[in-house]
Parts: sequence; structure tokens; C-alpha cells
Amino acid sequence: MAALLAVSGLAKRFARGTEALAGVDLRLERGEFLSIVGPSGCGKSTFLRLVAGLDAPTAGRIDWVAGRPARIGFVFQEPTLMPWASVADNVRLPLRLARETGPGTAARVAEALALVGLEEFAGAFPRELSGGMRMRVSIARALVLQPELLLLDEPFAALDELTRFRLNDDLLALWRERGLTVIFVTHSVFESVYLSTRVVVMTPRPGRIAADLPVVLPQPRLPALRTAPEFGRAAGAVAERLGAAMGERAMGAHRR
Amino acid sequence: MSDLARRAAPALFGILVLLAWEAVVVLAAIPPYILPAPHLVLLSLWTDGPSLLGSLWITVRITLAALLAATGLGVALAMLMAQARWIERSIYPYLVILQVTPIVAIAPLIIIWADDVFVSLLICAWIVAFFPIVANTAFGLGSVDRGLVDLFRLYRADRWQMLALLRMPSALPHFLAGLRISGGLALIGAVVAEFVAGTGGTESGLAFRIIEAGYRLQIPKMFAALVLLSLTGIAIHALLGWISRVILRRWHESVSSSL
Repeated sequence: MAALLAVSGLAKRFARGTEALAGVDLRLERGEFLSIVGPSGCGKSTFLRLVAGLDAPTAGRIDWVAGRPARIGFVFQEPTLMPWASVADNVRLPLRLARETGPGTAARVAEALALVGLEEFAGAFPRELSGGMRMRVSIARALVLQPELLLLDEPFAALDELTRFRLNDDLLALWRERGLTVIFVTHSVFESVYLSTRVVVMTPRPGRIAADLPVVLPQPRLPALRTAPEFGRAAGAVAERLGAAMGERAMGAHRR
Repeated sequence: MSDLARRAAPALFGILVLLAWEAVVVLAAIPPYILPAPHLVLLSLWTDGPSLLGSLWITVRITLAALLAATGLGVALAMLMAQARWIERSIYPYLVILQVTPIVAIAPLIIIWADDVFVSLLICAWIVAFFPIVANTAFGLGSVDRGLVDLFRLYRADRWQMLALLRMPSALPHFLAGLRISGGLALIGAVVAEFVAGTGGTESGLAFRIIEAGYRLQIPKMFAALVLLSLTGIAIHALLGWISRVILRRWHESVSSSL
């Protein structure tokens, strides 16, 4: 596998003095599905924003091994849809901003909507959709440019469990079929293990990488896996490292 | 209460008030030059209506022209202020000064400076009308969803795309709210300016007709002119409300959905 991205010594301190990230080193191979888990405020989202280029790091570097991909998809915690635009227009936005207005755009929008099963709702407006459907629109929008790298920031945190499970499976199918590289931020251990080929555990503020664990579970991941004993063991391992990461910090604080 | 009764209630209340008014005027023998009975006002509307309507048209023309100018210049100024914080900080205090200075106090100056009566009245009505549009539009252009700003930055939107595809649509509901306020204010501004200008003759607006009728103690005619002014105000309010509902129907929370 070819490396896509090498991050070294990445740190971010905000203007108000909050240290969100400190010395993060990470390599990402093409085709990986990497999850980052950690407690709230561990800088997971900050890390994603730095990778996307939405914020600048205070120290360290992000090296794109074969150049920064021209197409990066980002799915935020909120669906972040334009309320004044129809579903199709929301999905079309990245094409419009890239000034791609050729005759093929309509077909690409339709294709992206079909990928998330919303082809019948092209003319609907965001407020007419449920939370899960809005999130699907957001994912379709991230996919319409056929990104090489897809970044997701706790996209399903606000959804009910059934919807979350279904969207997990949809995302996995897209990852398999499209050969995507994914960085998925979540605070759910089970979600990270179910989805990923590799899980990175982060410590609370300032965020550092506490553990980097490959997930050796069979592909394709199917819903039956959620109740399999090996899934429980893998999740247990991640949860243990997460607990240790949080404990380390508590002990460190005690010593100080 | 049934739907019909709910709709009829305000009309019924109005009729009751008018009947009571009529009764008080008749029973207390109040002379019409103090308080005319409603039927006299109605009669005056019928006889003086055509000439009053001509004056109303002049006032309405000033109102609409002022509203149009307020919309154009207001939106342009709001967009200019949205370009940079320092521009907004430099201009905004003067807009507030213009807004809080009573129009009756500035009107005589404007009437001296502007040669044409129509133009001076237009300027007065415009000054009153344009602040809500500037203030609301500027607020709307500034209050854009942070997440959408990030999204646009992620896809490398340029300044123009940010404005046309993100900030202007975000500002639309605020602009429309400002427009609804300005619609009423433009009429008030036009009437106040006419009062101050006091222009007579055939080219006079409804406000002057009210003063004129007052001097001649034609109180029913004053009331008739007032009724026309109120109806005009209501019509402007309803029209702008309808426009706003049509535009925002599909996406904004302020419009109740029929889904």
C-alpha cells in the first residue's frame, strides 16, 4: 500500500491558550479506514480540521506523500446543509464551487444521491427531511466530487442507534466499492472497531496518540459481526487502551 | 370556536365599535366638527373619494419610490459594510445618527436643498425607510452558519461565491423582515414630509389634504383621508408579508409549513 499522508509532530494551540493537540505522529496508507477515538475535547476534530486545511497547525507538519489530493470530502458533526437549497442543489454545491457546470453535473448529483438512497428526494428541502436523511445528503455532498480522501467528524453522533447502524453499513459499502481512504472521528469504541481497519486512541487535552491498533476482523463487515465474540474482544482491547489513556492523564494530573 | 367564527371575530368587533361610536355621537349630540359619526365619514369617502384617491396616488408614488430606493441603496450599503469590519465600524454610527434624528427636524432643510418637491419628499421618506433594511441586511450577511463557512472554505470558494451563494441567501430572511418594517416607515416618512412641506394645489398628497380639511373644519373628510391612509398601510404590509412568505415558504422556520 502506498502512503497518502504522513503527519509529524503536529500541534495546535488556540489563541486563548487551549492546547488541543501536542506532537501527533501518524501515517495513513491509501485505502485505509482509520478511526480516531478519544474522549470529548481530545482534539480529534481539531486534527481533522488541520488535515482538511481549515486550520493551520502551530507546530509540526502534514506531508502529502503524492501531493495533496485535489478532492477531499468532509462530513461535519452537523449535516450543515443550506436550508434555502433543495437536496439536489445542496449536493451540487461542491461542483458549483469548483465551477464544474457541464452537462454531466446533473448525472453526478443523481449518482451521489443514489449512493445514499435519496434519489427520490432530490427536490425536497432540508427541513422536510429527518435527521438521518439530512446526514445522508451531507454524505452525498462529500461524495459528489469523488474524493480520494473522506474525512468524517462524528457524523452519526446525533442519530438514533438504528439509523447509525444503517449509515455505518452504507459507509462501509461506499468505502469498499469506491476504494476510498477514510479518517473517521468518533467517541464510540464499538463504532470505530466495526468500521475501521485501524483505530487510533487519543488522550484528553492536549491530544496525543496513546495507541495505534490494527483491527483484524474479516471483511466485508456485516451486521452479524456486532454480536460476534471476536468483535467484543477487539472492542474490549480498544476500550482498555482508551481507559488507560484517560487514566494516565488523571494520574499525571495527580502527580503534578 | 369554529374557523369561521375566528375569522369573523375581528370584523364583528370592528362593527360593534362603529355602532357604539355612532350611538355615542347621536345620543350625546356631538357636532360633526368635533367627532363625526361613522356614517358621515362613509358619506365623505363616497363624495370626496375620487379627489382623495388622486392625492393618495401621489403619496403612494412617493412611498413606493422611497421603498425602492431604500431597498437598492440599503442592500448596497449593507454589502459594502459586510466586506470588512472597519468599513462597518466607520459607517454604522452615522446611520444610527441619521435614524435617531427625527425626520420632522431634518425635513425643512431637505426641502430647502432639493429644488423639486417630489425629490425632497422622496429623500425624507427614504431616510426613514432605509435604516431597517441596512441594519437587518448587514446583520443577516454577518450571521452565517459557521459550519457552512467551513464547508465553503473547504471547497475553496472565492469571495464572490461566498457572497452570492452563502451570505446573500443567509441574509434573505433578515432582509425581508427589514423590508416589511421599511414598507410601513416609508408611508409614514412620506406623510410626515408632506406635512412639513405643506405643498398645496393639485399636485398635493394625502397628508396635505388632511391639513387642508382640518383648516376648513371638514372633519369627516379628515377621517376619510385617514381611513385611506390606514388602508394603504395595511395593503403595503400585507403585500410585503405575502412576498416574504412566498420566497421563504419552502425553507424558513418563520413560515408555518403546510406539509
